[in-house]
Amino acid sequence: MKFSTILRHLREGVLNIIRNGWMSFASISSIGISLFILGVFMLMALNVNIIADQIESQVEIRVYMKLDTEQAKIDQLQTEIGNIPEVSKVTFVPKAEGIELLRKSIGEDGAELLEGFNESNNPLPDAFTVEVYEPKNIGFVAKKIGALNIEDQSKPITDINYGKGTVDSIFKVTDAVRIIGFVIVAGLAVMAIFLISTTIKITILARRREIGIMKLVGATNNFIRWPFFIEGALIGIIGSVATVILLFVGYSQIIGASEYQLGLMMFQLVTLKEVSLIVSVPLLALGTLIGIWGSILSVRRYLKV
Amino acid sequence: MIELQDIWKTYADGTHALRGVSVVIDRNEFVYLVGPSGAGKSTFMKLIYREEVPTKGQISVNGFNIGKLKPRKIPYVRRNIGVIFQDYRLLPKLSAYENVAFAMEVIEAPRRIIKKRTMEVLELVGLRNKHSSLPAQLSGGEQQRVAIARAIVNNPAVIVADEPTGNLDPETSWGIMNLLEEINFRGTTIVMATHNREIVNTLRKRVIAIENGIIVRDEARGEYGYEI
Repeated sequence: MKFSTILRHLREGVLNIIRNGWMSFASISSIGISLFILGVFMLMALNVNIIADQIESQVEIRVYMKLDTEQAKIDQLQTEIGNIPEVSKVTFVPKAEGIELLRKSIGEDGAELLEGFNESNNPLPDAFTVEVYEPKNIGFVAKKIGALNIEDQSKPITDINYGKGTVDSIFKVTDAVRIIGFVIVAGLAVMAIFLISTTIKITILARRREIGIMKLVGATNNFIRWPFFIEGALIGIIGSVATVILLFVGYSQIIGASEYQLGLMMFQLVTLKEVSLIVSVPLLALGTLIGIWGSILSVRRYLKV
Repeated sequence: MIELQDIWKTYADGTHALRGVSVVIDRNEFVYLVGPSGAGKSTFMKLIYREEVPTKGQISVNGFNIGKLKPRKIPYVRRNIGVIFQDYRLLPKLSAYENVAFAMEVIEAPRRIIKKRTMEVLELVGLRNKHSSLPAQLSGGEQQRVAIARAIVNNPAVIVADEPTGNLDPETSWGIMNLLEEINFRGTTIVMATHNREIVNTLRKRVIAIENGIIVRDEARGEYGYEI
């Protein structure tokens, strides 16, 4: 192909978008709208994921010990628990600290309940909080700690608590949310393709005559194909770039507006910087591909004139 | 130039459009194709520019065996055949200039030459000053002139015209005929299907009459021969 022909195809591709004003607008919008919905759900899915992670990472095991456990035993246990490969962190919570924490969590209303308890008659046992790398392993780690207790002659541990029911249901919810999110995103991608192929079918009808005339004056199939190809790619790129910009502007607004409220609940949305590539690259690629695919499809049908 | 040997054309629905047509059209001839609607005139023309292939028989145009042409080669043969239709078939979103230049872009002619030659043929058809008008802004006769300019811009050996004056008033039709005669005079073979008695009887040329897919009459400087 001559260089001047390549330039001609590029020029024609761009001009076609302008000449077919409304049809191009319809195609760009339908790509844009589909990708926008897809993008919104991608952002939601990403955030649900991260919030699920945040919730999961808050689960921990509490290990309570006999009231009269010696310091040496405590140190030994701390080392043993720390040696379990799944455990990320073991923190010793002495009884004095424990009662302070309890006072704090009950708040002023319940302050009188704990009145009169001091260092000498503190009813709380010494405890460990155990954090694990993989929240899903928490039950398994709790069992291992239980096994440590059984092996030990003095049976220093009285209770191992990780809110068994609560943790299990958190996992159920977060898993369900992830699966639903994935299904919705996949479904929307399919819907976007259908929406766009409908727009393309309409353009095909409009282009039938045009392609027929091109063939009549002796244009080769490649010559006919290229401008359409470029036009489709441009429509896809314009549609997806506009969508990404809109999506990110909107998202940064949402982050700004919800920061305080969610902060109170100890949650944090994924920052724009973190999602920018994860969201924009697939959307841009998908938009461009759909545009090209659509134009190839629309031309192929009528090249057999 | 154009040679048909015992051409049969049967369409998928069983219609026999042509039934054993043999004819030779020489270089630089001007031929009228007459006959009732559905007689096979359009099929005859379509075979020449390879829109259709014969069911049986041999057809050659400008030395190419059109019936046996590989699909990849079709565009190159079409570049040597200009086609004109009753409904002009211009690209509605391109200006007169662009419509004509398009036929040259297709053969990858250099831009400078495209510009020169396009303006030249627009001049020839009398539309130089309307080169930037869109088809919708032109009259029927002017649109047909653009179509003729497009058909001749690559200097084809043959022009196939399917009722080129079918949609035009008599005066405009004569303008178009003068133009076609001028093109023929410059050396292009012209095959024109028509229902226009007055034109055929006035501008005397070879007349081939087709009825029911068979050539029933073929005479030099013939008459239209059908009663209205």
